[in-house]
Amino acid sequence: MRFSVLVETRLRDGVADPQGATIERSLPALGFDGVSGVRVGKAFRFTIESDDEAAARAEVEDMCKRFLTNPVIEDATISVYSSGSA
Amino acid sequence: MASRVGVVVFPGSNCELDVVEAVRGLGGEAELLWHGRTTLGDVDAVVLPGGFAHGDYLRPGAIARFSRVMRAVDAFATGGGPVIGICNGFQVLCEAGLLPGALQKNAGLKFLCKPVVVRVETDTTALTGDVPVGSELHIPINHFEGNYTCEPETLAELRADDRIVFRYTDNPNGSVDDIAGICSRGRNIVGLMPHPERACHPLLGSTDGAPLLRSLLVRAGALVA
Repeated sequence: MRFSVLVETRLRDGVADPQGATIERSLPALGFDGVSGVRVGKAFRFTIESDDEAAARAEVEDMCKRFLTNPVIEDATISVYSSGSA
Repeated sequence: MASRVGVVVFPGSNCELDVVEAVRGLGGEAELLWHGRTTLGDVDAVVLPGGFAHGDYLRPGAIARFSRVMRAVDAFATGGGPVIGICNGFQVLCEAGLLPGALQKNAGLKFLCKPVVVRVETDTTALTGDVPVGSELHIPINHFEGNYTCEPETLAELRADDRIVFRYTDNPNGSVDDIAGICSRGRNIVGLMPHPERACHPLLGSTDGAPLLRSLLVRAGALVA
């Protein structure tokens, strides 16, 4: 089966995010007040061929651990959809 | 016979010839090692130079660590061979798990290219064996991702084991505990953000990098200390 995958990575809580902080400081100048907690991350979209959703998810988790994130500073959120629904 | 230093070249490395030049100027031999190699050949030390290996895509060092040559570097390092990662090379060593922690974007979000002063904190590593503790060296930095970070437990371990090799006297990038360089448990693997190879000739404004690379050559075996 083919699954669509969305992986979102971001700096872990407690790790300083200079990009997020700079964006947050800039927003009020454009009139966007009241914004807090800006964190900058990356998103990866791809499809994967796998027996079932659990197997697809397990493979993507391994991919995140070994390659897509640096676990010292980053976390990932994984979303898996059967192809066609995403 | 002079010590032979292998300098790894990834696609996007750009400091490899500076390292070769500096090593030769100190009486050592140097050889470029393309990243597709599976063996290191007859070298006594390995340097992972600065640059932008694989374009720094994904994260600096994230793709370089899977280069074929890195398996040989890993085996060489695990066997006690001296391995030095300078700047991008430091990032590769962290991604490869040969050194703990990670290097993230500079706190000021600026690419920094300037001379800095670093203090030598230990003289029992492959890169500082010939340099007294407390020496303050003028060496340039040239990086966007040099802000060293690690888990609190890792930092405690680095401190307890005297594995912080260099500290900035005036922290330019937000590195935890002013860290500019660290070493492995075996003290044979050293990673640092400053570029000693760019401070090896009076014309470059400083020769403070020379004693570091000379220490490496001594450690690598053939020069007389």
